[in-house]
Amino acid sequence: MSVYRYFLSTVAGIVALTSVSPVLAQGVISGNEFNPAISLILDGQFSRYSNDVDDYQISGFLRDEAAAPAPEGFSLGETELTASANVDDWFYGFADIVYEDSEDETEVELEEAYFDTLALPAGWAVKGGKFLSAVGYHNAFHPHSWDFADEPLAYRAMLGGAFDDVGAQVRWLAPTLLFLQLGTEGFRGASFPASGAANDGAGAWSVFAKVGGDVGTSNSWKAGISWLNYKVDDWNQDLDDGELSLNGDGDVVIGELVWKWAPGGNAYNRNLKFQAEYLHREENGDADILTGDVASAGRYDIKQDGLYAQAVYQWRRGWRVGIRYDWLSADNNVDALQVPTPLDGDDRDPERFTVMVDYAHTEFSRLRLQACRDDSSDDSDTQVVLQYVLSLGPHGAHQF
Amino acid sequence: MNKSKLVLLIALAWLPLRASALEVFACEPEWAALASELGGDRVSVYSAVTGRQDVHVVQARPSLIARFRQADLVICTGASLESGWLPVLLRQGGNPAAQPGKPGFLEAATFVPMLDKPVSLDRAQGELHPMGNPHIQIDPRNIRLVATALTGRLVQLDPAGADSYTDRGQDFQTRWTAAIAGWEARGASLRGMKVVTQHRSWTYLENWLGLDEVANLEPKPGIEPSTSHLASLLSTVEGEDVAWIIRSCYQSPRASEWLSARTGIPAEVLPHTVGSVDDVNTLFELFDVILDRLGAPRQ
Repeated sequence: MSVYRYFLSTVAGIVALTSVSPVLAQGVISGNEFNPAISLILDGQFSRYSNDVDDYQISGFLRDEAAAPAPEGFSLGETELTASANVDDWFYGFADIVYEDSEDETEVELEEAYFDTLALPAGWAVKGGKFLSAVGYHNAFHPHSWDFADEPLAYRAMLGGAFDDVGAQVRWLAPTLLFLQLGTEGFRGASFPASGAANDGAGAWSVFAKVGGDVGTSNSWKAGISWLNYKVDDWNQDLDDGELSLNGDGDVVIGELVWKWAPGGNAYNRNLKFQAEYLHREENGDADILTGDVASAGRYDIKQDGLYAQAVYQWRRGWRVGIRYDWLSADNNVDALQVPTPLDGDDRDPERFTVMVDYAHTEFSRLRLQACRDDSSDDSDTQVVLQYVLSLGPHGAHQF
Repeated sequence: MNKSKLVLLIALAWLPLRASALEVFACEPEWAALASELGGDRVSVYSAVTGRQDVHVVQARPSLIARFRQADLVICTGASLESGWLPVLLRQGGNPAAQPGKPGFLEAATFVPMLDKPVSLDRAQGELHPMGNPHIQIDPRNIRLVATALTGRLVQLDPAGADSYTDRGQDFQTRWTAAIAGWEARGASLRGMKVVTQHRSWTYLENWLGLDEVANLEPKPGIEPSTSHLASLLSTVEGEDVAWIIRSCYQSPRASEWLSARTGIPAEVLPHTVGSVDDVNTLFELFDVILDRLGAPRQ
């Protein structure tokens, strides 16, 4: 109390001595008192590949072209600028603007821009705008919070890295001691694997269920199952000698499990994180291929399975080591097409083995060395990545 | 365990828990202990963090989100101590009654005078807390201030129990004030004692007992002790007559034992909250044991 009184009298003294009082923040309208939390992620890497990364392919899979390994040599990952704040007592707002540096130009992409409700009763919540879908586990994480320098192969091959789109999400949290969350989402259907925003801009939807809890004080877990249904409306990809166009619809089903261990629940020095997901995708419809002036058309029917499992162990504060295994399998039926497409390579199952070690000096900086053998195509590729991930400004809390 | 018992147990885990008038979700064990003291049988208290966990690195686990959903009152230290996980609970917890500014959310740090407010904010200086040092629970006078606020909040949220809360509150204040007098009498012999600490989490204790913190094992707050920094501490503590090298139970003993072995200064774990060491199960025992371990004899 006396300290406070001393402070007040000192302030009073300063005010008395100086006719103007710009030193006092109180009462000065600067217009920035309600600034949202703004943070910037710096992410860059140096990569070496034994194969030419421009020819990167995953046998048996048609891929969103954006979902590829980083360019060889020095490259920037996603430079993320995020702003978030409570809008009022009803809404929370979040935006994530991503700058991607590629081929002499910088591309700006709005990765997320959404509101989330804060005041709905009985465990209900609604999210709207552009956001990363809640399907799967890996999907909702931004690259800076990944445990490896790149995404799981199944996400790269089947979801274009991650499924984010413009839409709305309704979710409900059950009033139980066991965590149980149910939700559904509707999207425009403009981003891979959906395309063209079919059905007048409502071309994809999902349902998801997640459960989770603790086992003792040292273990916690989360599991979930999700289903994504989407329309493909005029999806195009350039082939070596022509253009492929697809019209159809598909489903992705994802099972997820994450298990975290820390002795006594204290992750400060040692902890282990295990996560695994299984993805199954089916899609069929009509395929058209235009080669020169010759057009060929036919049905296409693809069935894909993907699995990854990874474990990351922190053995002392700041230091972590991780291993990851990826596996994919495809069974495509495209007999009617006369021209070779990447879908033909479904007789081999792509695989990838990854190891990484990283060091976080504080929770705001991380340096990572990663090596992997990528058998995604016939020609085995050895990839080595040295990466930094730095976080400036207030850094938002991460979900489990 | 036979099969039917297991099925019953699983069924019970899904049932909504509503045994008491008020469900209290405490971010830290000290506030859980305080809520139990002040609420008695009318409250059912859950602590998000155990005494042996580092509150800085807790994750927004599914179990915490499920518990948060149930809470009528959430009590946390605040001052950005829980910034790594509490925001997720606030947004994912589906609990509009427990949001900042609502009666169902109590931020303890807003009721006590904060120390160590940084003059400038630069993360090159380590992990700073803009609103001041958040480890406020380690001064019993702060506990008293928070207790007053918490009693008021319990009455507001559960008016039917107003008499009970008021009586318990007055009883606690009387016992606590007497205990503080006892601790201060014991602590008088410690005034001016020099200590080295691992992290700047003992500021409020030092301020209360008049201890002199001559160095930290962490070169900067939140940054792991380095060999070069520890080596420089050898000359810092030389001839300083330092009594203790203090760390929390969740911190690695490596750095403090290294310095202890080279200087002969004893290294000691001080309890920072309820449940952090075996013999601290109440708020009263917390300060009893702190004074024991600092070498102030019981009177």
